[in-house]
Amino acid sequence: MENKLFIARVCTLAGKIMLKSGAETYRVEDTMNRIASAFGLKNAQSFVTPTGINFSTGFADPSNTIRISDRSTDLHKIAEVNSISRKIDEGDLDAIEAFRLLKEIEKADLAFPGWIQVLAAALVSGCFTIMFGGTWPDFLPAAVAGGISYSVVLGTAYFIDIRLIADFFGSFAIALLAVLFIKSGLGVEMDKIIIGAVMPLVPGLLITNAVRDLMAGHLLSGMSKGTEALLTAFAIGSGVAIILAFL
Amino acid sequence: MTIFAQLLTSFIASAGFAILFNAPKRALWQCGTIGMLGWILYYVLFAHGIDSVAATVLAAILAGVLSQISARIYKIPVIIFNVAGIIPLVPGGLAYNAMRQFVEDDYSLGIQLATKVMLLSGAIALGLVFSEVAKQLGDRHRKSKRTRGSMQ
Repeated sequence: MENKLFIARVCTLAGKIMLKSGAETYRVEDTMNRIASAFGLKNAQSFVTPTGINFSTGFADPSNTIRISDRSTDLHKIAEVNSISRKIDEGDLDAIEAFRLLKEIEKADLAFPGWIQVLAAALVSGCFTIMFGGTWPDFLPAAVAGGISYSVVLGTAYFIDIRLIADFFGSFAIALLAVLFIKSGLGVEMDKIIIGAVMPLVPGLLITNAVRDLMAGHLLSGMSKGTEALLTAFAIGSGVAIILAFL
Repeated sequence: MTIFAQLLTSFIASAGFAILFNAPKRALWQCGTIGMLGWILYYVLFAHGIDSVAATVLAAILAGVLSQISARIYKIPVIIFNVAGIIPLVPGGLAYNAMRQFVEDDYSLGIQLATKVMLLSGAIALGLVFSEVAKQLGDRHRKSKRTRGSMQ
């Protein structure tokens, strides 16, 4: 029994890290079932939604519920947990060692430092401006607007827990800067600058996840992630729209 | 020259997006390459007069298949490559234009553009589905080959 409980702890910890890092729910369920089955629990059941995990080691066994309240995007952690579950599957890791490694991953801060993220956002913005048919003089204005807006998003997210508000202020900053660039003669086409700079905020991961979950038959998660993506797009749109409405 | 600029910018954009989503460092250049190849296919098809929805489906299939292959080779979850691969295809510009028309009270044009955005997002989804199907067929083929081999 003790053993079963410990295996359940390993499974739910793995699931918790993955879900918090933004993995698809079908992948979370699959990973937990794989780990349980590798440790000899052939009848383990899992049910995962974007906001919670249910895991039971078998019939008439107690089931564990884990509530996930904050989600972020951390593909690195998903990859790490994935490689641990692979090792467990191949029999290279025992439960105690796996639990220790998972705890390490949970605590670890694998994120790129903030300034690299802002730099990446700036480059992404500039490049998208060119890809969407903008001209090179608009590269720098878009990059500056994209970088500043991304730091606004990071800063707002630090103080306010609602992600939508952060996205709103981010796109608000973009539109404001784009208008300033045009008025001061530094930018050429306002539309191209805004489109490029908005791209780092686009909920690309949510869209991909929603599609993949729907494909795997996880209708609940697919629909809820799709809705989240739609809300994010709406927040971005309204941030820009407020500025445009005053032009 | 334009193609070269497109290659360069789409590579940087996809790899940059991988950084924003905190992809593992060893996956960054693959992410950039997949995004670049998908985008270039779309760009060339679109330049040759193929409808943007059809071009997006084909580009998303290419990005999806390349992601599946990379996931197998580098033993990294496929989602990491998928996200970076489809990002250039996301109709951000059109969505912005649709929004802009709504703000400027031109609802009929806004609805038109919004419909196009929905079609394009559906096209990306379709491309991902096709690549997933291709992967599952490949898996099944491999499995059946293995069982046949063991029976002999």
